[in-house]
Amino acid sequence: MSTETQAVEAEVKEREPLFSKKNRKLISNPLDADNPITVQVLGVCSALAVTVKLIPTLYMCISVLFVLICSNVAISLLRNVIPGRIRIIVQLLVVASLVAVVDQVLQAYAYDVSKQLSVFVGLIITNCIIMGRLEAFALANKPGPAFLDGLGNGLGYAVILIPVAFFRELFGSGSLFGFNIFGENYPGNGVMMSPVGACIVLGLLIWFQRSRNGYTEEA
Amino acid sequence: MKFLRNTLDKIKPNFEKGGKLHFLHSTFDAIETFMFVPNHTTKRGAHIRDGIDLKRTMFTVVIALVPALLFGMWNVGELHYAAQNIDSTLIQNLLYGAMKVVPIIAVSYLTGLGIEFAFCQVNGHPVNEGFLVSGMLIPLIVPADIPLWMVIVATAFAVIIGKEVFGGTGMNILNPALTARVFLYIAYPVEMAGDIWVSGIKEGIVDASSGATYLGDLGVGKVVNVDVYNAFMGFMPGSIGETSTLMCLIGAVILIASGIGSWRIMLATVIGALGMGLILNAVGGNPYYDLPAYQHLIIGGFAFGAVFMATDPVSAAHTQRGKWIYGILIGVLTVLIRVFNPAYPEGIMFAILFMNVMAPLVDNYVVKANIKRRLNRVKA
Repeated sequence: MSTETQAVEAEVKEREPLFSKKNRKLISNPLDADNPITVQVLGVCSALAVTVKLIPTLYMCISVLFVLICSNVAISLLRNVIPGRIRIIVQLLVVASLVAVVDQVLQAYAYDVSKQLSVFVGLIITNCIIMGRLEAFALANKPGPAFLDGLGNGLGYAVILIPVAFFRELFGSGSLFGFNIFGENYPGNGVMMSPVGACIVLGLLIWFQRSRNGYTEEA
Repeated sequence: MKFLRNTLDKIKPNFEKGGKLHFLHSTFDAIETFMFVPNHTTKRGAHIRDGIDLKRTMFTVVIALVPALLFGMWNVGELHYAAQNIDSTLIQNLLYGAMKVVPIIAVSYLTGLGIEFAFCQVNGHPVNEGFLVSGMLIPLIVPADIPLWMVIVATAFAVIIGKEVFGGTGMNILNPALTARVFLYIAYPVEMAGDIWVSGIKEGIVDASSGATYLGDLGVGKVVNVDVYNAFMGFMPGSIGETSTLMCLIGAVILIASGIGSWRIMLATVIGALGMGLILNAVGGNPYYDLPAYQHLIIGGFAFGAVFMATDPVSAAHTQRGKWIYGILIGVLTVLIRVFNPAYPEGIMFAILFMNVMAPLVDNYVVKANIKRRLNRVKA
């Protein structure tokens, strides 16, 4: 999957600039060639569940981005003191407390959205993208690159979710960001309103991406 | 005929490799083989190439659909006028029906074939007119008053997501026509359920209460006395082409006689539905449980589904034994969905699609069982 990211540390002796070529790849790779959703197929559950409307999707993306960056940095800082045997528990603790913070903030300042997202904010804890990045990257890298990796993967998550939500809201309810696009008489589309629609849009996005960059699954 | 052949031969070099219209070769090929039996011969091995290619197979199915189509058109008109207490002649009925049905057919074919040709052109495949049948099936399983843009959306969805994504004709796991129908059903539940079955309700010409179907009434728990003769002949509201069991039987005879439809699947589906109906009769409970088992076969779209949808050679099971299992399960599931799930009045659509998905699994186990049996014979 992401073998090159693990090798990034590669015994660098002198101080590496934060935005070196190698580090910039940490952001650009997850956006396309190593996208957490369309290529690694992680975090699909939330991608199907929260993308009915654009606004909750945006909140979800920001929440995931926040949790991903913070937990990546935190685990990276702690990487030398975490005993190997209980590292998953430690990771879970860090992620869970961050998610609790996000949940409380949403409930305090964006109550409607928090209602719509319901359990899916809490379920960020189990989002495979986050656990995957912590295991594969943060545990073996310095905080700087870990921050960039979190940012890259969070954006990679958003870059798929937002188009999915765009098409689902446009065709499902005929609106964008809650503004009516197709007029009052648009009958809506039940397929796009249900997670089935998200699955289909996601599949079409994967189709589009792979026909563009020629990626194929290794047999 | 001679003239046509000559014209085709004259313009043919343009479409061959190196010709300036080569990029349209799929389209040309499609038109040529549509008009004349292709003169392909097998070059190697002892094989005989039959004159009946995919196009002619498909066309036979279309012919088998014609009785259902004509009756459907007549029925649309008859119900429309009858609901207004107007005495109408056969011609009037047919004209009104044609006015409603022909645009749906045209739109379905234009959309589907357009997309299919485009995909074949891009991928460099020859055009396989698998859509000849789907394009005719789709109009027959929708209500007559359906807005045409819905037909376009559903057809496009069925062809792209149901078929081309998997690799085109012959690769689809689901029946494309039913994919279109289930898309309509889930995407536009308001327009596809309730009092929509008699043409003219939406414009307010026809009284809404005249559009109740047996399935609709049974679904809400009413006691229903099925008028067996009318239900068998098809004098009842419903989707355009599926009301008449008799017309479906004529279609079935054509399909079986020409060897194109599988009589095993048809028979198995009927057995499955009858069996499940009898079991439910024995249990009893509500009016739907008590509906005589044979009546399940003549109400709703059961006959149409069993004859034209379940037998789709691509998405059905391929092994002989698999066909029996596949058909019986379709029948059983249809009755189960009808009786136990009032949210979905018609079960045949979901039953067939579900078994389409399961068909490869059924085949897999049939083949495995066969291998096991033969291995045992070797050991013994």
